[in-house]
Amino acid sequence: MTDTAREQVAPQTIQVTVDGTPVPAVPGELVIEVAERAGVYIPRFCYHPRMEPVGMCRMCLVEVSGPRGFSLQPACYVRVADGQEVRTSSPKAAKAQEGVLEFLLVNHPLDCPVCDKGGECPLQDQALSHGPGESRFVEEKRHWEKPIEIGPLIHLDRERCIQCARCTRFAAEVAGEALIDFAFRGAHIEVAPFPERPFSSYFSGNTVQICPVGALTAAPYRFRSRPWDLEQVETTCVTCSVGCRVAAQSSAGRLVRYLGIDSEPVNQSWLCDKGRFGYEAVHATNRVTRPLVRRAGELVEARWAEALREVAAGVRQSDQRFGPGGIAVLGGARLTNEDAYAWSKLAKSILRTDHVDAQLGDGLPAELVLGLPRATIDDAVHAKALIVLAPDLREELPVLYLRLRKAAATVPVIECSTVPTALSEVAHVRCGYLPGEAQRLAGALVGDGSIEEIPGADPAEIERARAVLSALSGEGSDAAVGDGVVIVLGRPSLAEDARSIAGAAALLQRALPGARFLSVLRRANVHGALDMGLAPGILPGRVGLEAGRQWFEAAWGELPSDRGRDARGILEAAASGELSMLILLGADPIADFPDAALARHALEQVDLLVAVATHRDASNELAHVVLPVAGADERFGSTTNLEGRVTRLAPKVVPPGVAWPAWSVAAELARTLGNDLGCSSIETLSREISRLAPAHRGIDLDQLSAPERRDGIVAPLAETPVTLLGRRDGTSPRPIDPMATPGIFSVEEQGAPLGAGTALPVGGSGRRASSPEGARPPLLALGGLEALGLGGGAPGRLDAYSFRLVLRRALYDHGTLVQASLSLRGLAGQAVLAANPHVLEQLGVQAGDPVRCKSERGAIEVPIAPDASLARNVVVLTANLDDGANALVDAGSPVTDVRLETLA
Amino acid sequence: MITDAPRIVTSRLGHSDSHTLERYLATGGYEGLRAALARPPAEIREEVDKASLLGRGGAGFPAGRKWSMLRPAEITYLVINGDESEPATFKDHLLIERDPHQVIEGTIIAAYALGVAQAFIFCRGEFALGLERLSQAVNEAYAHGALGRNIFGSGWSLDLVIHPGAGAYICGEETALLESLEGKRGFPRIKPPYFPAAIGLYGAPTVVNNIETMSNLPWIVRNGGAAFAALGQGSSTGTRLFALSGRVERPGWYELEMSKTTFADLIMDPSLGGGVKDGHDLKAFIPGGVSAPWFGPEHLSLGLDQDAVAKQGSMLGSGSVVVMDDTTCAVRAAWRITRFFYRESCGQCTPCREGSGWLEKILRRIEEGAGREADLDLLMDACDNIAPGVSWPPQQTTICVLGPSIPSSIASGIRMFRDEFLLHVKEGGCPMRDAR
Repeated sequence: MTDTAREQVAPQTIQVTVDGTPVPAVPGELVIEVAERAGVYIPRFCYHPRMEPVGMCRMCLVEVSGPRGFSLQPACYVRVADGQEVRTSSPKAAKAQEGVLEFLLVNHPLDCPVCDKGGECPLQDQALSHGPGESRFVEEKRHWEKPIEIGPLIHLDRERCIQCARCTRFAAEVAGEALIDFAFRGAHIEVAPFPERPFSSYFSGNTVQICPVGALTAAPYRFRSRPWDLEQVETTCVTCSVGCRVAAQSSAGRLVRYLGIDSEPVNQSWLCDKGRFGYEAVHATNRVTRPLVRRAGELVEARWAEALREVAAGVRQSDQRFGPGGIAVLGGARLTNEDAYAWSKLAKSILRTDHVDAQLGDGLPAELVLGLPRATIDDAVHAKALIVLAPDLREELPVLYLRLRKAAATVPVIECSTVPTALSEVAHVRCGYLPGEAQRLAGALVGDGSIEEIPGADPAEIERARAVLSALSGEGSDAAVGDGVVIVLGRPSLAEDARSIAGAAALLQRALPGARFLSVLRRANVHGALDMGLAPGILPGRVGLEAGRQWFEAAWGELPSDRGRDARGILEAAASGELSMLILLGADPIADFPDAALARHALEQVDLLVAVATHRDASNELAHVVLPVAGADERFGSTTNLEGRVTRLAPKVVPPGVAWPAWSVAAELARTLGNDLGCSSIETLSREISRLAPAHRGIDLDQLSAPERRDGIVAPLAETPVTLLGRRDGTSPRPIDPMATPGIFSVEEQGAPLGAGTALPVGGSGRRASSPEGARPPLLALGGLEALGLGGGAPGRLDAYSFRLVLRRALYDHGTLVQASLSLRGLAGQAVLAANPHVLEQLGVQAGDPVRCKSERGAIEVPIAPDASLARNVVVLTANLDDGANALVDAGSPVTDVRLETLA
Repeated sequence: MITDAPRIVTSRLGHSDSHTLERYLATGGYEGLRAALARPPAEIREEVDKASLLGRGGAGFPAGRKWSMLRPAEITYLVINGDESEPATFKDHLLIERDPHQVIEGTIIAAYALGVAQAFIFCRGEFALGLERLSQAVNEAYAHGALGRNIFGSGWSLDLVIHPGAGAYICGEETALLESLEGKRGFPRIKPPYFPAAIGLYGAPTVVNNIETMSNLPWIVRNGGAAFAALGQGSSTGTRLFALSGRVERPGWYELEMSKTTFADLIMDPSLGGGVKDGHDLKAFIPGGVSAPWFGPEHLSLGLDQDAVAKQGSMLGSGSVVVMDDTTCAVRAAWRITRFFYRESCGQCTPCREGSGWLEKILRRIEEGAGREADLDLLMDACDNIAPGVSWPPQQTTICVLGPSIPSSIASGIRMFRDEFLLHVKEGGCPMRDAR
């Protein structure tokens, strides 16, 4: 569906009178919403704008006119009718509201002085604004054991609970995991997890954010601060590529809390726990605080100048040995757009290498990601059909999972995955397939090829999926085939080569030319990094190397002559001694590249390994030079999410030690090499991107600072005029409901103002370079795909003694950021090899017994676990746990087959 | 006036084996069903309409009207509410235990009239014997051909499931009952939708009827709606089963012709209640279950008539009449009733969940001697915050009517016996301690 199609539905309006003021409304709207639009605040506790109303707390009782006169009705539940009159503060309504508030306080402990919610508590606030003022209750209150741990991150104080059911409804309705619910009855009702089953949900922190009292508290924040001690900025979470808008709050120079901001097109106020609590990594002890250089085999602290000279010497050496092609740059997916641009410019115009890749062999070809027609999350949730060819989104992009999960109620979802995922439960059709067969499956879906005999696939399911798709093509003759279909595209298994997925995407695109794609690459700014040219054959602004050569050479100077290598090519070249120098931009290939053996060998082989890093990790342990840079919440700039939405980042704390922004490191390195990158400040960089990068024309930090751009700007601008000019529906942004996210509202009231906050640093004058002469180069289009030779590398047959490996990711793993967050590090699961129970039986092993899992590439020992949802010929391992599962993967092979052996 | 109206629902109770199929068949059992099956369902509905049978669950909504509201749909359900759990209400208990086949026959007739294929009887879990007999009767009915495929060769089929409740009074509220039947927590559903007849069990249109309502149907089919309507007066037609308890000589069940019989007959007549216990004076009585406002001796002459009782500011409700005499402490009575609602509130709505407990604590404090004069106003004001106006029929700040049922006994107690409340305060305890 296009934006215009969605706008054309002009809703009829009716008239409602709220406290004497006539207000236009849409039938079906809730009284509480209409009143809010009229500027009338009705007190509430259980109502939350992002959940279905239940009318339980009765705080929002107002007088509503009906056929039999006025009656008290819950404004959060009653829907408006034409000519309706609403009295929110008549004596009767006011008395009812006061009465409910007094009742709520009857058993509330009033331990505000020691309660985390004190100062940002809707119960406090509304007791003041809508309460009776003093208590008439002289009896003994109800008592419970003070906070109990209901999950690894969440404490529950049942005495403070007002039974509004926001948390239980969130768990059941939004997260889809009813791990907490009410137990007992009446005055003894309590929120409780199930016996022997803790509240361990990836989304548990949201319940704390929406709790209207201090009943639910998050372990990382308990007793840390008070709202009046907090400062906050609005920024974007850079844990994954969803790019949730958050309020980052700090106290005394340390981050103490993240709260989700209600960004309509993105996270709608929710966050995952990894994003919410991952800020702890910012203050971790393994931060790189000073430049390190290797002296006598040890990394020792050095001055910036010394470290940069060391790198510059390496560059010159490499030039002498190999010419411009001797240097490669890996990573950059955790940088800001401005950082990525600066490094792209440094690599391609000064180091003159195109061996640059922001992805670590776990993504998709850059040309594919940039060339396919793009969908936004809103496009996906309003699609006519969703095809999901992706990993388990709950493990990788949790908030996108929430949005799609909700959409599945109205949008038919066709899931194509190697093993069941969290989304399978709500998918209309799940087409399983054996890793390596994605392209054939895609072909079968769109009627290109037989539906029979696709390994791992059920013809009946494919038939059902085809029925869903063919039902669409009947509609609207002039629409392109596939119009309104959104394809969510990612890597279902790291052990299945990207070519298979790329081939599938190309097939789908050809058969459904009207379809749009939502790329679900995982790392926070991987899409921004690709946009900025941190990929082989790509220049900033989604332009191919050759198409953009003239334009960028005019602005940057000479560019590499040939398309460079991708991550796998770089590591293979390094391993075989064809590279002299490798720069890691926050990348940890040993942990993240699917073929760990190759990564380690490559890193050991290069003459100079430079790591630009925030934290110490397995890869930069091997580096010769480590350069400290500012990370999340420490830097200005912008970031780009998986939709191509560019949002503004705001720093909240100061980088540790002498860490610099990563773009400064590029600029200084250029200077040390006797060049000038032409970037004296983040502002000049931002303007240069806006001027030069075709897809980013007109998008710069000034634009992003405007209040109406809080939700960011989807690049390129021309495609999304509606998003730029305002909300999709043309209305003004919904007012912030102080009750929806009390913690943000209170800090805004009492602490530093919310917003991009602090002013940008005063930049240098910045040379006002003019745009190059000539026409802007065209953006990448999918036409270039065939040239990549995709679709090759069909997997061999799986022999009867082998299992095809599925390598999945888990939200909590042994990755650097999770392990650097005290609250999250313990949540990483135990490594297990999951297999069909039949396999255990065949091997004669019990659940939990260790087995040896062997591939052509390597072998690991890991406990086995039965999983009846798996086919008998696949086994599942999780990347980046403590078993070193990525040692098994052969990056050069389309799939990885393994054999299992029992241990004596 | 005590009339010689026929006993419609209690005709078999003289027999010790009244619960068996044998006795049932010997006394005209399942003949109403056979008669019904011989006629089109619409005619049965007409008969019930003609009978103007009022629902016997407490609200007194005409059964025929309720049936006519059933939204036509592919799947519809009939649910019989046998979760009778209120103190002093024990009429359904009797019908379930002593004449389960009559309940089942009525249910089958209703199902036939409504065209449903699946019915449920939600029976209070504590009725151990009742559940046993009801379950046995269902098995017998299946064996007898009155349930299951092709009932009595009519080609029409019905399945009936007995569902034991899990011990919550609130599940007698019809929407909470449906939630519970669906396997969920017994929380009453928020309105709208106002009637299960539109959206009920599993989202399907559902008629929820009371046990006693069902027990009337075999007789109505056999004798005709007109014969039923000829009993009683006005809208209160037929007979009704009254549960009499409290300070009376002969507590128990009495099936009486509605409207014509008075409270005085029920309580005082030697053949019925036999007068106040031990010759004491009548102090007050509750005309229709513990959620109803109390009546004083001046209301004794009132007929057992739904409209007449409503006009005087109370309700005939569940047909349970509780008698208080001059040894009954009004504070203690109000406290015990409030304590019941406090323990049975589902906890969903704040005013009921918190209000019931608060009121219970205040009343207990007064009864135990730590009351303050200001507590009377406090009680009334807290009641007003649950049921604004503390009037009858009550307004409510809650989802269901359990909340607004709480103030009835408190307001009655204070309005009728204010001095007695004040005496508790002044004397530091219950002045009637020794009378008991």
